[in-house]
Amino acid sequence: MTTEQQTSGFNLKAEGKRVLQGSSGGRAEKKHNPVEKAKGEYDVIVIGAGLAGLTGANVMATQGYRVCLLEQHYNYGGMATWFRRPGGHIFDISLHGFPVGMKKSMRRYWSQEIADSIVPLESIKFDNPQFSFETQFTREDYTNKVVQAFNLERAHVERFYDHLRKMEYYNDDGQTIRQMFEQFFPGRNDVHRAFMEPITYANGSTLDEPAITYGIVFSNFMSKGVFTFSGGTDTLIMKMRKILQSNGVDMFSGAQVERVLVNKGRVAGVRVNGRDIKAKTVLSNANIKGTVLKLVGEDHLSGDFIQQAKDVRLSGSSCQVYIGIRQGEEIPFITDLLFCSTADHFTSEELCELRTKSRTFSFYYPKTRPHLKNAGFTIVSSNNARWQDWQGLSDEEYEHEKNALIERTVTHLEQYIPNVREKIDHLEASTPRTFNFYTQQSEGASFGTKFEGLDVSMKLSEHLPGMYHAGSVGIIMSGWLGTVNYGVITANKMAEYLHEAKVSHL
Amino acid sequence: MNDEQIKQAIIGIINDINPDEDTSNISAAERLRDQLDLDSMDFLDIVMELRKRYGVHVPDTDYEHLASLDSCVAYLRDKMVGKELVS
Repeated sequence: MTTEQQTSGFNLKAEGKRVLQGSSGGRAEKKHNPVEKAKGEYDVIVIGAGLAGLTGANVMATQGYRVCLLEQHYNYGGMATWFRRPGGHIFDISLHGFPVGMKKSMRRYWSQEIADSIVPLESIKFDNPQFSFETQFTREDYTNKVVQAFNLERAHVERFYDHLRKMEYYNDDGQTIRQMFEQFFPGRNDVHRAFMEPITYANGSTLDEPAITYGIVFSNFMSKGVFTFSGGTDTLIMKMRKILQSNGVDMFSGAQVERVLVNKGRVAGVRVNGRDIKAKTVLSNANIKGTVLKLVGEDHLSGDFIQQAKDVRLSGSSCQVYIGIRQGEEIPFITDLLFCSTADHFTSEELCELRTKSRTFSFYYPKTRPHLKNAGFTIVSSNNARWQDWQGLSDEEYEHEKNALIERTVTHLEQYIPNVREKIDHLEASTPRTFNFYTQQSEGASFGTKFEGLDVSMKLSEHLPGMYHAGSVGIIMSGWLGTVNYGVITANKMAEYLHEAKVSHL
Repeated sequence: MNDEQIKQAIIGIINDINPDEDTSNISAAERLRDQLDLDSMDFLDIVMELRKRYGVHVPDTDYEHLASLDSCVAYLRDKMVGKELVS
């Protein structure tokens, strides 16, 4: 039994309000084998229904391949997920927000209808002891705001953007983000904060990552604003499932893949819930380390490659606080996304400390789900976190830290909505331990891996023909857009492999 | 498929990928990237559509041959023999 199961409970009362101590633990006993209706053989088995797995499955199905999608959780979406709580609350985990490129990717790899529901956030706010401003995060508006707030020369900021845009994956010169910021804005901790904080919240990166990762991610964002999916995460995933179904993908949830089967040095299928299913290719959307070290295992890969996978660092985890506003109550429009901190100065370390003073609030107004009559208000606070800080806590300490996190968060929120506490009827926190429990990501990783993970992910098929990986890796391929596109890139490689395999058999 | 049809096949794919792009005045000799707003995902889409529509396979080592319409024609001429243009 995991600690998450032991410590979760629904009975803790505080200030007369219901305070849930973490998400509900435990998985229901299975009454039947979740994969009993699966066929005996597929061209492609996808392990994990995160956005990369879902998209990879769909691209392969539209190219005419027989695809089976296996998800260990009862829900699809991976970290693109949501949950419901009494009081009519629907909490979105990661809906706000992604770059404009998502619109094109949804149209190309899913449907025009999904693409049409992608809408820009109206407002993003920064508030901390060094500066405070509101922006739409479009290139023009954001540039105006930073030029004004920091008294910078406009042409210099434009030069910085151009520099970022020219950075390419294959031309990594080893410079860190910190060095690049010092080169362009020496000694300007406030400017570094404005440019770095949102990206750290988006993908867990620190000032010590390769500058190239920042160049690619920031350039994607610094365009037409930050976008969200109108209708909520549940609507998006439901639409995706319908499309997969109509494209003939067999989908099974509650399906725990034990290992990848290998025959004569090639992928031969998977063992799932005690059953062997044959497949010519396997696409793992599980964490890259788990994929290499557990699903495939040391027997089928070279020692060097195993070591390379072991050396991949994870990109950190998160805490979230889910705040439900009582049905019938309203909160004013503050902003959609609020990057706020009471820390005097910016450091990457402060952002993931156990008791960090920095967090981002995602405000979900009724506009998030325009199709619902009684859509309410929810607020989700996120902060970066380290597995090591949470993992070693005793049950008692863990409860204490979670309560303290909730209290700090509500107190912080009161700065922006003074009477909000009285309107809250649901409070709940998740930690790296919660993420670990639900997604089975080691160390509760919520942003995939550091830069070096991408190389391991991309080269997996060279070490074991037929075995592929897509998902959040290397910082570049993280976030909703990164993983969707990486699912496509990998599916394309798989289609080539299947074609070559077919040709060589003839 | 003749050379002109191969160009039309490529332009047809680009029009579907990027409906907002004006492809009416593309110079066949110049790089597509210099004339249109195409990123690496767009080129990947061209590769995937060639496979879907015409059963033509372009391994990633050959992506450079898709740089301009002229280079596309030279590269695809043999591969497109006997294929019908899909509109």
